Amino acid sequence: MKNDHIDEVSGVSTTGHEWDGIRELNNPLPRWWVWTFYATIVWSIGYAILYPAWPLINSATTGILGYSSRQELGRTLDGVAASQAERLAAISEKPLAEILADEELRRFAASAGAAAYKVNCSQCHGSGAQGSPGYPNLNDDEWLWGGDIEAIHQTIAHGIRFAGDAGSRYSLMPAFGDVLEREQINQVAAHVASLSGTAADPVAAEAGMQVYADNCAACHGENGEGNRDLGAPDLTDAIWLYGASEEEIAQQVRIPRHGMMPGWADRLGDTTVKQLSVYVHSLGGGE
Amino acid sequence: MKYGVEIVGLTLATFLALVAAAFAQDAAFEAHMWILFLVLAVSTIVLMRKTTFAPAGAASIPLNPDTNGYMDGPIRYGAIATVFWGVVGFLVGVVVALQLAFPDLNIEPWFSFGRMRPLHTSAVVFAFGGNALIATSFYVVQRTSRARLFGGDLAWFVFWGYQLFIVMAATGYLLGITQSREYAEPEWYVDLFLTVVWVAYLIVFLGTIVKRKEPHIYVANWFYLSFIVTIAMLHVVNNLAMPVSLFGSKSYSLFAGVQDALTQWWYGHNAVGFFLTAGFLGMMYYFVPKQANRPVYSYRLSIIHFWALIFLYIWAGPHHLHYTALPDWAQTLGMVFSIMLWMPSWGGMINGLMTLSGAWDKVRTDPIIRMMVLAIAFYGMSTFEGPMMSIKAVNSLSHYTDWTIGHVHSGALGWVGMISFAAVYYMVPKLWNRDGLYSLRLVTWHFWLATLGIVVYAAVMWVSGIQQGLMWREYDDQGFLVYSFAESVAAMFPYYVLRALGGVLYLAGALIMAFNITMTILGHRRQETPFDGSVSALQPAE
Repeated sequence: MKNDHIDEVSGVSTTGHEWDGIRELNNPLPRWWVWTFYATIVWSIGYAILYPAWPLINSATTGILGYSSRQELGRTLDGVAASQAERLAAISEKPLAEILADEELRRFAASAGAAAYKVNCSQCHGSGAQGSPGYPNLNDDEWLWGGDIEAIHQTIAHGIRFAGDAGSRYSLMPAFGDVLEREQINQVAAHVASLSGTAADPVAAEAGMQVYADNCAACHGENGEGNRDLGAPDLTDAIWLYGASEEEIAQQVRIPRHGMMPGWADRLGDTTVKQLSVYVHSLGGGE
Repeated sequence: MKYGVEIVGLTLATFLALVAAAFAQDAAFEAHMWILFLVLAVSTIVLMRKTTFAPAGAASIPLNPDTNGYMDGPIRYGAIATVFWGVVGFLVGVVVALQLAFPDLNIEPWFSFGRMRPLHTSAVVFAFGGNALIATSFYVVQRTSRARLFGGDLAWFVFWGYQLFIVMAATGYLLGITQSREYAEPEWYVDLFLTVVWVAYLIVFLGTIVKRKEPHIYVANWFYLSFIVTIAMLHVVNNLAMPVSLFGSKSYSLFAGVQDALTQWWYGHNAVGFFLTAGFLGMMYYFVPKQANRPVYSYRLSIIHFWALIFLYIWAGPHHLHYTALPDWAQTLGMVFSIMLWMPSWGGMINGLMTLSGAWDKVRTDPIIRMMVLAIAFYGMSTFEGPMMSIKAVNSLSHYTDWTIGHVHSGALGWVGMISFAAVYYMVPKLWNRDGLYSLRLVTWHFWLATLGIVVYAAVMWVSGIQQGLMWREYDDQGFLVYSFAESVAAMFPYYVLRALGGVLYLAGALIMAFNITMTILGHRRQETPFDGSVSALQPAE
């Protein structure tokens, strides 16, 4: 190349070409650039020898290390399965009371239950089991259908008002909008609100007491303490599934909403349901 | 008669759109054809109003002849289109970022995230980036070849045809028309049209090079040409598909299963490699030496890194499919080619930055040079990050997380955006024969807003991406997953809000640019003292 043009600033010759005023210097390739480039090429060749890399007609080279991502995944999964096999078998065989009594096994079951809970239950009950309107909080000690380990297990395994399982828990509160006058409903709502707090209108609450005794006490108990056999909620504890205001209570008396929970035994198998039961039982309210 | 052929052609196309709407086999196609009909009908009417019936000789004298002998009309339109689509693309980006943080902003069905996201990516990559590439390539190839654009009004067809492609793609997305291939979402009929436009682009560009008056082809033109040729190949192969009906919006790909995935990522990765890297390197190789008024650092480096880059890039696509059904050998090759790509990519960074040696003082005084330096720095950063993320061990953490999004944006906002802004700031005063930009202080404002936006965006996505990856793989000591997927989504909320903030900053910078460019084109010049330390900024760059 011609070197008849020298760049004044750098003292380096240019290639002699010029495009729209742009020239190009004749600088060599930076050494570190060249050597790093070579190093990546050498490393790549080495990697391609060690690992599967070159396609053949019906297969590919397997590489000196004989690596396969499918086998690696299989090994990892097998390893986890092997390390858990003994405890899983124990959970499957032992009754729930024995699992709770064995601290190590109980912790394992709770961990497993937590993982299963996040995949299957958190959508309704929340990732912290805190519940949301219509979906019970699982951290407190208020249980609609019972909070001992067997009752929890029964609920998870067969669900609530779940048509797909004949053993599902079932109850239905009548719609009192067809039975009671509007004023009576407002009175009984005021009375129910007064059980765990202060009713806005004490006179109405007083009047609602008789309405309650005639229509509600059979299921919810004389003092509003609820009945777990029927899934009738405790009305005295200020825990509300469908809202705490008197309007919301009145609405629930008029046309009750009922939650539905699927039964999980058929879908997840009894071992996982047991793990879930231990986990839910361990959240704080287990009896 | 002026525009005679154009008017007849457009009328025919308008009629065909009407026929297609009438025979449409599905509602989306019908709506899309009505949109096409309206666009074409309006264009026809506009052209008919501008036509004259003077004798051919008299009509051929343009109103504003380019005294320099170059065809700058499509470039002027292209510069405006670049700014316009840039603002649109960034705005949609801010919207989708907010939709992720606040899902209530999803307005079904047209403005749901699933339809807005391709609108954002296509608006930024193809509308903003594509217009910047077409405009600058026409600008550069004429000046470095000392030749007027080849093909006469074909360059106008390239410009308007490309805008029509953008409109058809964007409206199609909102109507729910997609072939579900990332960055190649438009359906078969839009793809076919783009192929025609792209071949016309190739003819104009190559024809100009062929009739050049310089003995050698300048390096910027190598990069532009490799970008045009490779994108044509990628586009055609990846979009091979069989339409269900000639009057329907649905088609089925020629490929299936893992072959389909590999074809898609061969396309997708090289859209990054050739559209967003090679094309914009071409831009850099012209505008950086011009703005700095310095020679290119090394001719040899430019040759070697060019050939190494285009040879290696085309093989790197499989790294998008690590730990999938793709055979191990293909994953290995995708990874090692990505590693080897590191230095060839950095060759461009070295040549860009070292070209500034002898002109480093201008970084202090010239906000356009500053933009270029930042662009090249982000180019270097993301072309290091890319090979690193292609390493399988790193990829097992980074894949499917926001880290990838952050990586793409440090390249797109930092490299592609900044070098395009700099090129627009350089070209516009020259294209409209102005003494300079309306305001250099506003360029400085744009620079700092954009820089801050990029830094916030990239940093936030690193943190959220790594946190996401760690949450997904977190096991407790009993071997059970600790977090549910929903928990990892909930944990992203603060990052998504901050990311939107970064986008807002970047958008604000672009709006300032739009104002500055508009005022420059209108012929205004702001009386201003430069910011501290930039005394010489008011002097012309020459």
